[in-house]
Amino acid sequence: MKKTLLAASIGLAVLSAPVLAEGTLDKIKASGSITLGHRESSIPFSYYNDQQQVIGYSQEVMLKVVEAIKAELKLAAVQTKLMPVTSANRITLVQNGTVDIECGSTTNNTERQRQVAFSNSIFVIGTKLLAKKTSGLKDFPDLAGKNVVTTAGTTSERLLRKMNEDKKMAMNIISAKDHGEAFLTLESGRAVAFMMDDALLYGEIAKARKPADWQVMGTAQSQEAYGCMMRKDDPAFKKVVDGAIAKLQTSGEAEKIYNKWFMNPIPPKGLNLNMPISAELKALFAAPNDKAFD
Amino acid sequence: MNYNWNWGVFLSETPSGGTTYLAWLFEGLQWTVMLSLSAWLIALLVGFVIGVLRTVPHRGWSTLATAYVEIFRNIPLLVQLFLWYFVMPELLPEAWGMAFKQSHPLTQQFLAAMVCLGLFTAARVAEQVRAGIESLPKGQWAAGQALGFTLPQIYRYVLVPMAARIVVPPLTSEFLNIFKNSAVATTIGLIELSRQAQQLVDYTAQPYEAFIAVTVLYLAINVVVMFLMRRLEQRTRVPGFIGGGQ
Amino acid sequence: MYEFDWSSIPGALPLLAKGLMVTFEVTLTAIVVGIVWGTLLAVARLSSNKLVSFAAASYVNLFRSVPLVMVILWFYLIVPQLLRSVFGDALGDIRLASALIAFSLFEAAYYSEIIRAGIQSVARGQIAAGLALGMTYAQTMRLVVLPQAFRNMTPLLLTQAVILFQDTSLVYVIGLSDFFGTAYKVGDRDGRLVELLLFAGAIYFIISFAASQLVKRLESRYAR
Repeated sequence: MKKTLLAASIGLAVLSAPVLAEGTLDKIKASGSITLGHRESSIPFSYYNDQQQVIGYSQEVMLKVVEAIKAELKLAAVQTKLMPVTSANRITLVQNGTVDIECGSTTNNTERQRQVAFSNSIFVIGTKLLAKKTSGLKDFPDLAGKNVVTTAGTTSERLLRKMNEDKKMAMNIISAKDHGEAFLTLESGRAVAFMMDDALLYGEIAKARKPADWQVMGTAQSQEAYGCMMRKDDPAFKKVVDGAIAKLQTSGEAEKIYNKWFMNPIPPKGLNLNMPISAELKALFAAPNDKAFD
Repeated sequence: MNYNWNWGVFLSETPSGGTTYLAWLFEGLQWTVMLSLSAWLIALLVGFVIGVLRTVPHRGWSTLATAYVEIFRNIPLLVQLFLWYFVMPELLPEAWGMAFKQSHPLTQQFLAAMVCLGLFTAARVAEQVRAGIESLPKGQWAAGQALGFTLPQIYRYVLVPMAARIVVPPLTSEFLNIFKNSAVATTIGLIELSRQAQQLVDYTAQPYEAFIAVTVLYLAINVVVMFLMRRLEQRTRVPGFIGGGQ
Repeated sequence: MYEFDWSSIPGALPLLAKGLMVTFEVTLTAIVVGIVWGTLLAVARLSSNKLVSFAAASYVNLFRSVPLVMVILWFYLIVPQLLRSVFGDALGDIRLASALIAFSLFEAAYYSEIIRAGIQSVARGQIAAGLALGMTYAQTMRLVVLPQAFRNMTPLLLTQAVILFQDTSLVYVIGLSDFFGTAYKVGDRDGRLVELLLFAGAIYFIISFAASQLVKRLESRYAR
């Protein structure tokens, strides 16, 4: 594995030259606009309400960041363009310059850091399972030989494939295009469990037909930090974004946003996720940083 | 453009280990070929039956066959695929639906895509077969009757064997289409060629290499199929009849 | 048995209508650009200049051998960079732009084959006649051959347009909210995918069936 990683890192280092020569800030200043990458069904981070507007915890953080960019560039107005991304295409779209910044539910890890830059972390999650309460499942070992769904291009997908390989569990892994499709796969009975970041799993329960049927379970397979993605090697832009996020977190505003999305009823069905703030997230808010957990 | 080519990426090991990206591509190629060939079998069988029914002098049967062709030709392939994959299992009796949904994911995806592609293409094959039968001189029909054949016998011994040989050239392009259309199965997660291209992009962040490789593979499929069908066309050509259906 | 619940469709109708407009926008753009570009390709392919006809033939064969899904993904990859270098950042939804370009260039390959057959269906003597009257090759094509060719192939061009209308649903792979994409998203959002997919299938059927019946009428009128 180490050799592969080494080879991969050399390979990636060679090819991760920036696509754009100019800095993102210059680009925003020149065009008066910024393109924001968002998710379509990452409840409660970044998703559509029933008027097809993008809402969520990460979306609010991203809009605060845009405010800070506007102030930094001393612009009266910045036009924001919204570009929906999926787990599978988000890195490519950031790299090729289609989106300037993506705040959704993207884990900051060392592998991805070779391809893109991450801001100060905005959230901390653990990767767990969602299953029916009546399924009789308790933890990952119970999944042996079963159909398990996860979302394509996520860290969970890799963890699950690796676990399957290492422990010879003979799981049939389904990689869905998006969290919405993954949950549909679970709800329609195609898979017995859905592996994903715990906060997102709570979010999926919020839109289930019968929320009371579902339960998040299992030992967290990893702790992960979410960050906003930006193009690599653009320190000026990163500095503004990091500063805005740090200010949000130390001023207590981030916790207010957290409470709005995790401790109060949220669209689309007015369900309360009731997920009290974790010790890890509290620690992050006290000392903002852009460290990956792996 | 500022892009770092790295063709060596195909030989590097995949993150879950044990295999290379090149092996992924070949796995995709296998699924594409298997899906297309099995769907083609369905298309030929159903297509011939429907095509023949469209020409029989019996109102009920021909209306039924026409309805089949119109329905399968006027709903987009992607929508049909989603109907087979997402909707069909819900409409079946619950025990059957669950049995299907709890089978191996690849089985589900493959079956849904195979049935969908097969029945979709059958409507097009049926049209070629109908045109082929209608292009036969009326004398063939009369000859059959003169020999005292019943209706099924006329079809069985006179019309269908002739039509089968005339429709070979127009069916070549339908056969090529089925390989291209099989790429639609990517949307329900079957790991055929274009799905593997997208996975490669996701894992390696080398989109151009992945897409070029897959495009070349599709071109290769095209060339091979064209070559084989040319041979078949030469062997099945009916002297005195130029081309087929249209 | 499955319990249907169609209640999420009425509220989603405005969204679905918006999606249908996107579908029509892609379809119409691809028809117009496809026929213009396709005509040029067809004429180029029949040109006596070996290089020109070879280039046109390669274009047509390449696009006709690759699945539409791949073409759409290709252009979604290339177009953002291309557009940026041409228009700077003044572009709207990149997915729409990519889809428009991908479908136009893809359809041109198919249209050019229909148009080439149409041109070849015009008797060779007509070209000779045009040239004998002192017209240039281009004038002969434009004034004599193409008007007749287009008359002959109108039904085929329209049939291709109906196929194209259905094919636009494939923009699903880049997440563009056309009619199908919107229906899928609404179904996903409300947990009513079964109903929305059936609804989408019915609408596509009604439109395509009506259009192909019209084409048939037209065909029988032309084929006097």
